[in-house]
Amino acid sequence: MHKDQTLGEYLRLQGVSRRGFLKYCSATASLMALPPSAAGLVADALAAARRPSVIWLSFQECTGCTESLTRSHAPTVESLIFDAISLDYHHTLQAASGHGAEDARLTAMEENAGKYVLVVDGSIPIGNPAFSTIAGISNLDMLKETAANAAAIVAVGTCAAFGGIPHANPNPTGAVSVSEIIKDKPIINVSGCPPIPVVITGVLAHYLTFGTIPELDALGRPAAFFGQNIHDRCYRRPFYERGQFAETFDDEGARKGWCLYKLGCKGPTTYNACATLKWNEGTSFPIQSGHGCIGCSEPDFWDKGGFYNALSVGNWGNRDALLGAAAAGAALGVGSAIAARARKKKAQAAEEV
Amino acid sequence: MSSLDAISVNVEAETGNVRPLLHEIRHALKRLANGEDGTVIDLRRLPLAPGEEERLDALLGKGEVHAEVDALGPTGVQETLYPGVWLITHCNAEGTTVARFIEVTRVPELLMSQQEDIDAGIRRLEKELEN
Repeated sequence: MHKDQTLGEYLRLQGVSRRGFLKYCSATASLMALPPSAAGLVADALAAARRPSVIWLSFQECTGCTESLTRSHAPTVESLIFDAISLDYHHTLQAASGHGAEDARLTAMEENAGKYVLVVDGSIPIGNPAFSTIAGISNLDMLKETAANAAAIVAVGTCAAFGGIPHANPNPTGAVSVSEIIKDKPIINVSGCPPIPVVITGVLAHYLTFGTIPELDALGRPAAFFGQNIHDRCYRRPFYERGQFAETFDDEGARKGWCLYKLGCKGPTTYNACATLKWNEGTSFPIQSGHGCIGCSEPDFWDKGGFYNALSVGNWGNRDALLGAAAAGAALGVGSAIAARARKKKAQAAEEV
Repeated sequence: MSSLDAISVNVEAETGNVRPLLHEIRHALKRLANGEDGTVIDLRRLPLAPGEEERLDALLGKGEVHAEVDALGPTGVQETLYPGVWLITHCNAEGTTVARFIEVTRVPELLMSQQEDIDAGIRRLEKELEN
């Protein structure tokens, strides 16, 4: 597909009928969490859409986000990448290497200045820039250079969105998120470890269709996917309401598929679309597989206490903090008892008078 | 039998969303019968417990019409036991389901010949007749 062609023109030349295009748009509207009635609107917008340039930078990451995307099924990632967007730079997927790869990035930045979408996965180490470099360029410098002329930035994964696991205590590299460095560009946080693949493609499809960023929540995440918590959309929620909980992973409750709240499920405080979009081509999601949600799309999820502690237990941190809190609580208790005794004595004295 | 198969798991989960969905379909069908617009329900948007989507399929059943559209992968169009209620299943070229909708309408739009395709067909036919 040439950059000057619209997507509609390209598909017609490929022999795709209007009927096929409408089908593609229905699936895309569903993917973007738009109401089904919006399919016609999507068709009109997509028919006139031109192929945007996308530069994908990978910093302190495990490649799980790219693995997630390349297993996306709707629309097929091949059609998304090769037909709908121009993926001009991506370490893992591109054939070029060395200077050729870096030249591709610089050329895409120059030819599409102010119009390209920058996708970032991974956090950025600012403790010592040498902790992570690409072609001798620190992650920090490459992010600043590439973001300068981007139209918008998509921070893919919890590492890019909130610092993620590299940011976890004691954060040895001084890892930070994209939004802690770039302050003058629209940033869409697509969190998750990894994010749901159709959420990544849904956000890209939204930009491709409307040329704008979707409505975001308070943490900069697309509200269509992160607007509700896992708990409210969980099919096990009725068991929670009835007080039916699995107490261990092999008890009767677990075998009957009861609520996993007492086994540490973080669904009530985690905002994501796993319960409806699901994983592995819509097959299942962690809670359906019998394991509680670990809250991976929330900031600092790694440092919020044990994955197997119920939310009601709270997060007391490490042993020293717990002992300190216990000592403080004991001191407060002793102080309260002394004060209560003093009040009692005073009241008795007043009665005797 | 593997050791995993030996673990008896009997999931009794139910969201309770199947009956409300049937009521939603009933309301949409009444609107259609009264000459109002059709309705499309995206099944991906609803939380359903394992087995509930299959239960919904079974409750809706299969009606007189079944069609398969071959465009960017197969799409199954099944009229249910309730005329005017259609189950649409879009698959991609690999046969993986990418979206499922319940359409309450007289004929799903996808089955109708589209204006652009008709125009293209006229051009092709005229070219054929020129030869």
